[in-house]
Amino acid sequence: MSIIVIEEKCKGCGLCVQGCPFDAITISDRLPVIGAACTECGACLENCKFEALQKIEDGAVRENDISKYHDVWVFAEQRGNKLMPVVIELIGEGRRLADEIGCGLGVIVCGENVDQLAYEAGCYGPDKIYVADAPELKTYTTDAYTKVIYEAVMKYKPEILLLGATHIGRDLGPSIAVKCGTGLTADCTKLDINPEDKKLMQTRPAFGGNLMATIVCENHRPQMATVRPGIMEKAQYNREHSCEEIRLDVKFEENELRERVIKVVKSMREKVSLTDADVIVSGGLGLGGPEGFELVNKLAARLGGVVGASRAAVDAGWIPNSHQVGQTGTTVKPNIYIACGISGAIQHLAGMQESKCIIAINKNENAPIFEVADYGIVGDLYKVIPAILNVLDGLE
Amino acid sequence: MKIIVCVKQVPDTTEIKVDPVKGTLMRDGVPSILNPDDANALEAALKIKDEYPNTEVDVVSMGPQQASYVLRECLAMGADRAFLLSSMAFGGADTCSTSTTLAYGVNKIGEYDFIFAGRQAIDGDTAQVGPQLAQRLGLPIATYVQSIREIRENSVIVERQLEDGYEVLEVNRPCLLTAVKEMNEPRYMTIIGIEQAYKQEITVWDENDLDLDQNDCGLKASPTKVFRSFTPPPKGKGEMLSGTVTEMAHSLVAKLTEKHIL
Repeated sequence: MSIIVIEEKCKGCGLCVQGCPFDAITISDRLPVIGAACTECGACLENCKFEALQKIEDGAVRENDISKYHDVWVFAEQRGNKLMPVVIELIGEGRRLADEIGCGLGVIVCGENVDQLAYEAGCYGPDKIYVADAPELKTYTTDAYTKVIYEAVMKYKPEILLLGATHIGRDLGPSIAVKCGTGLTADCTKLDINPEDKKLMQTRPAFGGNLMATIVCENHRPQMATVRPGIMEKAQYNREHSCEEIRLDVKFEENELRERVIKVVKSMREKVSLTDADVIVSGGLGLGGPEGFELVNKLAARLGGVVGASRAAVDAGWIPNSHQVGQTGTTVKPNIYIACGISGAIQHLAGMQESKCIIAINKNENAPIFEVADYGIVGDLYKVIPAILNVLDGLE
Repeated sequence: MKIIVCVKQVPDTTEIKVDPVKGTLMRDGVPSILNPDDANALEAALKIKDEYPNTEVDVVSMGPQQASYVLRECLAMGADRAFLLSSMAFGGADTCSTSTTLAYGVNKIGEYDFIFAGRQAIDGDTAQVGPQLAQRLGLPIATYVQSIREIRENSVIVERQLEDGYEVLEVNRPCLLTAVKEMNEPRYMTIIGIEQAYKQEITVWDENDLDLDQNDCGLKASPTKVFRSFTPPPKGKGEMLSGTVTEMAHSLVAKLTEKHIL
């Protein structure tokens, strides 16, 4: 594919230049010139009022024999022999995709003594479960997991492989992708099957959430994506569900594993489970100082929720970064999200605007947070929050 | 010791605004900066150099000619040599293709004990190029490194950040490490550093210099393609509550109760 300019239609207005997210277009002699930075995203096509830009197919694209690849696979990440919550979301999403394609759903589990874990994962409804059980797989290392999953992919040829965009998934995904000679789309927030060719359409935010891009991997398999935790619908648990179990051969040579986990340290951070919370009360720079989080904490505790924060509050050192909600923090979609003194930078909005009910409290009536809020209160949070607490306690 | 640091020039995404009428990105006047995590990666390398004065720190970037500005910034911070991989043929590369070009660049620079990179760049936020590059170079890797505890004869002990803590990891050398912002506080450029940085030559290599086939770089070697891009639709504006603070608090709680949210 490439973008071409139809000279007869072009007025040289430059709208395409403004619309290009990659700064790839320049105007020369009143005509746009598509530069090397072009990714063929098509933003310029949408911007052009004169249909003077067109996307055309290129000739020879190197192809693999992609017809040999079937089924959707989900990597069942475990830590301490417990499934990560995102795995259940991926199985739910994987089932939906598999049904749309008309293929099977497989789950791949790696670890040591994972029978119980494999059974648990199986109850969420996959057709097949692939199990790699070895002492070397107890805790994740790049070398061990990459090798095992790469070999399984080569043998069973899934057409789609999904991983959670966790610290581990984002390490493992690219490693497997390069070994398999295929592409990978990071941090997807939406997956779809193209009804025409049954290929995977992978949508993700870029430029700090300012732009959404839908990515395809046309001629390489498997189509790989990491998916943001907390976004997809969880699969239903059914104790009765049975699925076929396939044991994978696992063998490691001496010196083959070059990374060794010496110990895993859980910090206090684990108490903040933003992804699972029904209620999140977040604080931003509008709190005026770290002590403001005491009030935020009070409201969160009263509502049975947890405390979140904007990046600005984290950067100011008022609260640890494990509380950070947003593009570089955690993506959340609780039932109630209360933003206190958060102006609503686009990076923050990207991480919370899917929340079911958003309440914004801010002094500045023009704060962008009000654009996404279901209910907005303009006022001093040091007066508003105590008033809400009083009403909740029936004192007023 | 020899350390190669991979860096990227990125638009400062915190400065990007969306045109409220047209719904397109407004890039005019958005400054280009050294990707923040990459600055932490460079700082980690310079810290090793502070400790082992025989260390040489090279920086490499793939990008357009303008990316030489951030390379000069790296030189001014204390890097020894800078390499820019730049060519029309590298354009439109996805992460997979970028990692191939970088691997050729790194191999041409030569021997190394460590390769450092930032965890992710703020324009794409993929965090993929680091692990992909390690895989291409056949190196062990640690991503999300928040601290380098000890450099041993044949390995390095690092802390790798996890969502709920961290793990202590021993990784054989040579290896690739990706840095997170908690790792350190990047140093400022010095006046002398800036002066020297502008006197220094930046080596520029294209695909011929790298002996890289045109079909193995840029868009042509990218398995993933952008099918379309769009600005996310803003959520409709909700209801602004009015009255005194107490009235607003009452009305909020009443509305949430009415809708069974509370």
